[in-house]
Amino acid sequence: MAVDESRADPVEDKSWISVTINGSKQDYLVEQRLSLADFIRNQVGLKGTHLGCEHGSCGACTVIIDDRAVRSCLMFAVQSDGSSIETVEGLAIDGVLSPLQESFQANHALQCGFCTSGFLMSLVARLREGPIDTESEAREALSGNICRCTGYSGMVAAILEQSNSIQGIKENS
Amino acid sequence: MSQISEIKENLTVTNIGRGMIRREDPRLLTGQGKFIDDLPFSDFYEAAILRSPHAHARVVSIDTERALKLSGVIAIYTAADLEPIMKDLPPKVSHPKLNYQIRLPMVKEYANYVGEPIAVVVAENRYIAEDALDLIEIEYETLPAVASTHAALRKGGPKVHIGSESNVAVHIIQKAGDPEAALKTAPHVIRETFKITRGGGHSIEGRGVAARFDPITQQLTVWDNTQAPHYVRQMLATIYGMTEDEIRLIAPQDIGGGFGPKAQFYGEEVVIPWIVMQMKHPVKWVEDRWENFISATMERSQTHRVEVGFDEDGHLLVLKDVFEHDQGAYCVGLQVPTITMSTLPGPYVIPNIHSELISCYTNIVPTSSLRGAGRPQAVTVMERMMDRIAEHLGMEPAEIRRRNLIQPDQFPYAVGLLFRDGSPLTYDSGNYPALLEGAVDRIDIVKFRRDQAEARSQGRFLGLGLSMYVEGTGIGPYEGARVRLTNSGKILVTLAASPQGQGYETVYAQVAADAIGVDIDLVEVRHGDTSSIPYGQGTFASRVTATAGPAVWEASELLKSDLLAVAASLLKCDVSSLALSGNSVFIESEPERRVLLYDIALVSNVGRHGMSVPRDLPIAIERTAYFKPVQAVYSSGISAVIVEVDPETGKIEILKSLLGHDCGNVLNPMIVEGQILGGHAHGIGNAIYEEARYSEDGQPQAVSYLDYALPTAIEVPTPELFHVFSPSPLNPLGVKGAGEGGTIPVPGAVANAVEDALRPFGSRICELPLTPERVLRAIYDHD
Repeated sequence: MAVDESRADPVEDKSWISVTINGSKQDYLVEQRLSLADFIRNQVGLKGTHLGCEHGSCGACTVIIDDRAVRSCLMFAVQSDGSSIETVEGLAIDGVLSPLQESFQANHALQCGFCTSGFLMSLVARLREGPIDTESEAREALSGNICRCTGYSGMVAAILEQSNSIQGIKENS
Repeated sequence: MSQISEIKENLTVTNIGRGMIRREDPRLLTGQGKFIDDLPFSDFYEAAILRSPHAHARVVSIDTERALKLSGVIAIYTAADLEPIMKDLPPKVSHPKLNYQIRLPMVKEYANYVGEPIAVVVAENRYIAEDALDLIEIEYETLPAVASTHAALRKGGPKVHIGSESNVAVHIIQKAGDPEAALKTAPHVIRETFKITRGGGHSIEGRGVAARFDPITQQLTVWDNTQAPHYVRQMLATIYGMTEDEIRLIAPQDIGGGFGPKAQFYGEEVVIPWIVMQMKHPVKWVEDRWENFISATMERSQTHRVEVGFDEDGHLLVLKDVFEHDQGAYCVGLQVPTITMSTLPGPYVIPNIHSELISCYTNIVPTSSLRGAGRPQAVTVMERMMDRIAEHLGMEPAEIRRRNLIQPDQFPYAVGLLFRDGSPLTYDSGNYPALLEGAVDRIDIVKFRRDQAEARSQGRFLGLGLSMYVEGTGIGPYEGARVRLTNSGKILVTLAASPQGQGYETVYAQVAADAIGVDIDLVEVRHGDTSSIPYGQGTFASRVTATAGPAVWEASELLKSDLLAVAASLLKCDVSSLALSGNSVFIESEPERRVLLYDIALVSNVGRHGMSVPRDLPIAIERTAYFKPVQAVYSSGISAVIVEVDPETGKIEILKSLLGHDCGNVLNPMIVEGQILGGHAHGIGNAIYEEARYSEDGQPQAVSYLDYALPTAIEVPTPELFHVFSPSPLNPLGVKGAGEGGTIPVPGAVANAVEDALRPFGSRICELPLTPERVLRAIYDHD
């Protein structure tokens, strides 16, 4: 992207936004061209959202905005004004892993862990829409994200284990 | 899950062999990982790099004036500003006959591939740094580019390096027996040409380097998500003219995948810390995906012309393979093609072998090791030929393999060639028939052939492919581990090698806890900091389990003898009466007489200032061991794949995938299986999807995941796994490497399966990956 030298100082172009991040609402002064991912990582300081490709393909930067899984590398921070953002840091409560996170660990669904945050956020959003009952549904739910380490088998097993245990709880209650 | 077979006589194994869940996971699952770009470098300037847009060009002039005026730009460096470090980056593995072309950290005059670094902008942040890249004006004189080995070998064609007489980097021939004579007398000889194209490592985290110089201690601290921290430190020390102790190289606790490209050494790693010392201000550079596509090393591109001779019964008599290897613009190392040379014979008895490498320079980003490192190519070639022999003789592919396998009583088995580590290619142990029969039993080939015939009658095309391999792992020169009793009574294991997802913090706690006999919760593992252990090599070539594993074991055994000696002194008893358990040492016959590890630390580590200690009391309870393997240890495996090919679309569906694997004793079966599963996915990518294409003038055609197809969960089936355990006699744990075995056989198995499926069409599968276009050409576009 070429810059217009007459407008020499791009940092002057800033706007106030008000966002709720993992349940906590705050106002931020952000550069207009700041990506949402860089905002979350560098301005809010939540480094669990990772950047793998910065062109919306790998899914590592996935966060949930108003209940929808979104690639934070493809949005500007200013576009999130007024929204509620959930990141991987919000999944465990008081250091206790969520059942999905526990299933990931039990099924060796992560190795280097760099892409894991994005997978978790995609799956959390997907599971809110309804259960994942079959392997093909699990694979469909995973297919928007890329992992180079695991071959996905552990993640498929984790999702199905998670879904079965939710079903079990529902049936027993 | 898997179980340990026989790990070591007289060893009580508590933790080794258990699929323990990983200690690393909670932080990674909660977004608390410490990847390089997650570290609090908030006061660091950020760098962006201008890269050559041309595959071959002379840089006539560089004008940075406009860029420097941009607000927020701190400095711009080109080769002219970096004269003291414009030094050669030597290859990892060389050869006396190498036609060596100097590789500099940045372009000085000639850019030899798209992506080669030309200028570094340092700015207040990456956004501004990238703005400034567009304001740098460079005049290029473009030159003819060489974009394939075929073009490189063309008589009178352009040269990759101006002034060189040949594009051949090295020409090496290895022979066993008398292959020429055997080819003349063999009852049957068949020939084929196979081509495998380029692919990348594609760790989801790119490369990254950050550095800070402390003017008070005169120490340079470098954070680098490398697979080989001590190697990088040594390279920097050599180039900068510093001692190794003046440079602290930290590979961050978490690294987002390695797969080989992060084990290489790059110009950016030289330039960024040097700039930091010049500017007296910390700087970081984190590669973006586009940069990764055009500047991280790649692999795989080779063209093989192979001949095999065999008798009426299908016994192999001779193998002759002449192959072109695409070295890229510079020789980063010859490990990949030399591994290809020695991987060809695989698990088979072949009395006469001719393996010939013609490695060529091209105007493309250099190649170097990438998960599998030259082996997937060799295995594809050999296994395709095994299937062709079976076809020629009208035999089952499993039967032709069965007749040629090295038998379990033939170990150690000398192939007659040299391996990449310089030692004779001598397999230490294995059970190849068990792998083959394990796969054959699980596939039920008789039933499959019935299904295949029935499917064909319905116009559906199923195919079965087998592929076997032997993989040299655990190579030298050495790896180190330091084991220490901390002053708080815990055990700290420090590894020289750093992981990129392989779970070292868990696995090596298992090893140390068992070797010492303490509660595993008392054991902590750290890694990746050269200031914590002086020497090391790094994580590559599936080497760490079989080198760092024994090092941890040996250091822990030494530490245990120290702990027992201190306890014997304190309890006034003989060492032989003592046992270790939990957090204490006690007299076996009087368990109430015990000393805590904490007490041992107080006496032997903390001490009482100025007071003498008994002569027989070990002090400073810390032991370091370096394990030096005598040679590689050889893992092995088999892949069996059943596919259905759609002749309308060229789509390949994998109906079943099976992997048999033998890496000797298994320290943590969950982690080993994870390695195999991940490798399998990479193999599927190489077989069907991944291709780094280049135009004839060397322009990369796949520079995003929109045009480079990395497999997702839809494309990768979960394979069925089975294990065979052939412990290595060459290290005390009986272990071998497991990081690449899932990848190596899969492309060959898929290629065999597709040709088997398409046999009614007479299709010849000779080129990977098997994109729909290639499959359709194989069906409809042949003689």
